[in-house]
Amino acid sequence: MSASNSPPGRVDPDVPGTAEKRKPRFWLRRLRRISQFTFLGLFLFLLFQSEFRGSFSRGAADTVRLDYPVSIFLELDPLVAFSTALSTHALYGNVIWALLLIAGTIVIGRFFCGWVCPMGTINHLFSSYKPERKGKRRVDANRYKKWMSIKYYLLFALIAMALLTSMQAGLLDPIPFLVRSLAVSILPGISFGLRTGLDFLYGTNIASLQWLADAGYRVFGTSLLSIKPQYYYFGFVLGAVFLAVAVLNRFVTRFWCRGVCPLGALLGLLSRWSIFGMEKNHSRCDDCNRCLLHCQGACDPQGKVPWRQAECHLCMNCEAACPEDVIRFRFFPKTEAINPLPDLRRRRALESVAAGMVVLPLVRASTGLAKDYHAGVIRPPGSVDETDFLARCLRCGECMKVCPTNAIQPALFESGLEGLWTPMLKMRVGYCEYSCVLCSQVCPTGAIWKITEAEKLGKAAAGDGSAAGRKTAGPVKIGTAFYDQGRCLRGVLPDFAEGDLGPGGDRGAPRRRHGHGPAPPG
Amino acid sequence: MMEESSSRRDFLIRSGRVGAGVAVACGLGFWLRERSRHPGRELTASQVRSYRIDIPDDVPRMVVATGGTPEALAAAALAPLGGMGRFVARGDVVVLKPNIGWDRVPQQAANTNPDLVKALVELCFQAGAKKVVVTDVSCNDPRRCFQRSGIARAAEAAGATVLLPEERKFRDYRLNGELLSVWPVYTPILEADKIINVPVVKHHNLSRVTIGMKNWYGILGGRRNQLHQNIDVGIADLATFVRPTLTVLDAYRVLVANGPQGGNLNDVRLVKTVVAGVDPVAIDALGASFLGLRPEQIPYIRIGHERGLGNMNYAELQVKHVSLE
Repeated sequence: MSASNSPPGRVDPDVPGTAEKRKPRFWLRRLRRISQFTFLGLFLFLLFQSEFRGSFSRGAADTVRLDYPVSIFLELDPLVAFSTALSTHALYGNVIWALLLIAGTIVIGRFFCGWVCPMGTINHLFSSYKPERKGKRRVDANRYKKWMSIKYYLLFALIAMALLTSMQAGLLDPIPFLVRSLAVSILPGISFGLRTGLDFLYGTNIASLQWLADAGYRVFGTSLLSIKPQYYYFGFVLGAVFLAVAVLNRFVTRFWCRGVCPLGALLGLLSRWSIFGMEKNHSRCDDCNRCLLHCQGACDPQGKVPWRQAECHLCMNCEAACPEDVIRFRFFPKTEAINPLPDLRRRRALESVAAGMVVLPLVRASTGLAKDYHAGVIRPPGSVDETDFLARCLRCGECMKVCPTNAIQPALFESGLEGLWTPMLKMRVGYCEYSCVLCSQVCPTGAIWKITEAEKLGKAAAGDGSAAGRKTAGPVKIGTAFYDQGRCLRGVLPDFAEGDLGPGGDRGAPRRRHGHGPAPPG
Repeated sequence: MMEESSSRRDFLIRSGRVGAGVAVACGLGFWLRERSRHPGRELTASQVRSYRIDIPDDVPRMVVATGGTPEALAAAALAPLGGMGRFVARGDVVVLKPNIGWDRVPQQAANTNPDLVKALVELCFQAGAKKVVVTDVSCNDPRRCFQRSGIARAAEAAGATVLLPEERKFRDYRLNGELLSVWPVYTPILEADKIINVPVVKHHNLSRVTIGMKNWYGILGGRRNQLHQNIDVGIADLATFVRPTLTVLDAYRVLVANGPQGGNLNDVRLVKTVVAGVDPVAIDALGASFLGLRPEQIPYIRIGHERGLGNMNYAELQVKHVSLE
């Protein structure tokens, strides 16, 4: 981009430094875009793979497992690591990968938000494509605003709850949020629509259209189309929340990332001492505000004000947009024009911690968890005890997506307010497949502890099971059913048990005793 | 005047427009009203899908082969019938219908033996079959059943086309049975020149024993658990609908209790037997004996016999016994 592309009058030979102006590094922005699409693609690929599609090349003795580490994005998530570490005083399994991101952020800042985060990329796309606000209105919308500090207070409240053993961060953490929204609502919806269209083509009985339908099933069969249609209780609420977040981008660029995202807030705090950042040459700035026009994080890249390090997504748009070579990202930048601290007030921060700490006793003092618990709260096989479960479950929905029978469903308030969208088995939708342990394979935090088929069936040899989270040997129990023999007519009326229902009572099916209750005399 | 002629023209155009609008709306309305029908289905005469072939009288109707591997037993059971070449002609599309109903490994004997299926696929190709399809509509998740039964890999290795059931390929068929009137059927099973039923014999908690006739549950979609309310008539209806070319019964391992799913190895007996034959009722009648049951104890076998689908008194037929030991 040469000076000839700049509006006339922009190049002023009297301004010092214009002569030796460096070219903006567009390749940085291009690299960022490539990175964003790569990680979004990887994220979607892994989400599509969170389903057992079967393999004809596998033999009977091979275990049924997914081929890819599908929950790796959740395990890379520093907020997941941080909050589960607080709520369980330990790090489960692969969550150790989050250290990569924590260390990376400490060194170079919030690169995750601008370069990696799939939710960030989706917000970025929705923000950039024909936005409602253009020109000066967009510039104004992209200046830092007070409400953008809300995300820090949300983070504090969520951390406070984690400290008191309630894992609520998953509600707003972007990775669980995105996995849950896509897996439980958006993808089943897309799959439903696509399937209806292709089945209509197939149903025409016209050979060429049927060929087209078959081709469609082959093309989308490993991605957008689930093997079977999937249904989720109140899934549309999750879809509506996701779409609302997407649409808000049209009015405020990356509304979610700037104002809500607790992971972004955590990374902002971690980037306090980062050695990579923006250096601004205020004297060159002529207030064209092009940097603001394309700013993602609302980190005040324009001249005359300090750069807000904690807000910046390192998207590199400002450097590429600046015609005057004011902005430059580099390692060990001069710190004069940098504000490394988020815009926080101590009183607000303490209030938000207090709010988080107050919510939990109120919720726990309500029925649902300890008393008058819902008989339908049947957690997936391998799940740890209910209070431990609530300390771990992110409600990411991975287990719901992977369940081959669709039995794992998002709860509403069956386990109290805390348990919203946690997984529970609804046997009227599906059943728990006898030797399936896929939900325990995908769970990133050990709410559903990793178990083997042998452990689930109680056939693990003594000492070989990593059956932590289970107190007793024997098959994994997901619930307890029993007869109240005082009420059961079979136990009281022996004739009834023998099937003497009188005329019309015999419906042809052989009648079997269930082996409960006393045997009838005679 | 200009204005008047213009307004007359205007009047005609606008009247024409609204007239056409009303006419189209009314025409469409009455046409749609004519189309109105109760959305139920029309029934036609009873349907039979027969893939049977004529067999000379001197050929046995049934061969019982015992001892040896499933592969050897398959060949031994077919040889007295004239080999697979008697049933499969050059260029045929053959559908093998094993029982792949459950998420169970071969040792648990809830599904047909994979080695037997593989051997039959190879025999079909040797007889000149153009294409051999192996499929079933499983009860458990089909992806798991096809893998864990070992049948998908075994059949695919032998060159068969293994099809997982797909929702769009079910069509409503007018079975017009006593219990089954209209039901969704997995069409790839019926789109064949020859069909070979490859059931496994095992205990069943509702019908006492499941063999070949019961195996046709695996062509149905929909809520077929409803059929459990009157299971024997349902089985007989299905056996009336589908008449296979050949039935090859797997009694290599027999699940004698806690069927149809099983799971406990203590319920499995190693019987090492394969039965091949063309009379589906006779095969089921003989198959019941593996669980110590007489044919007349099994209602659906009795119904099948009464309907003339075959002869449950298999002793009246030519039965040949082959021992490999």
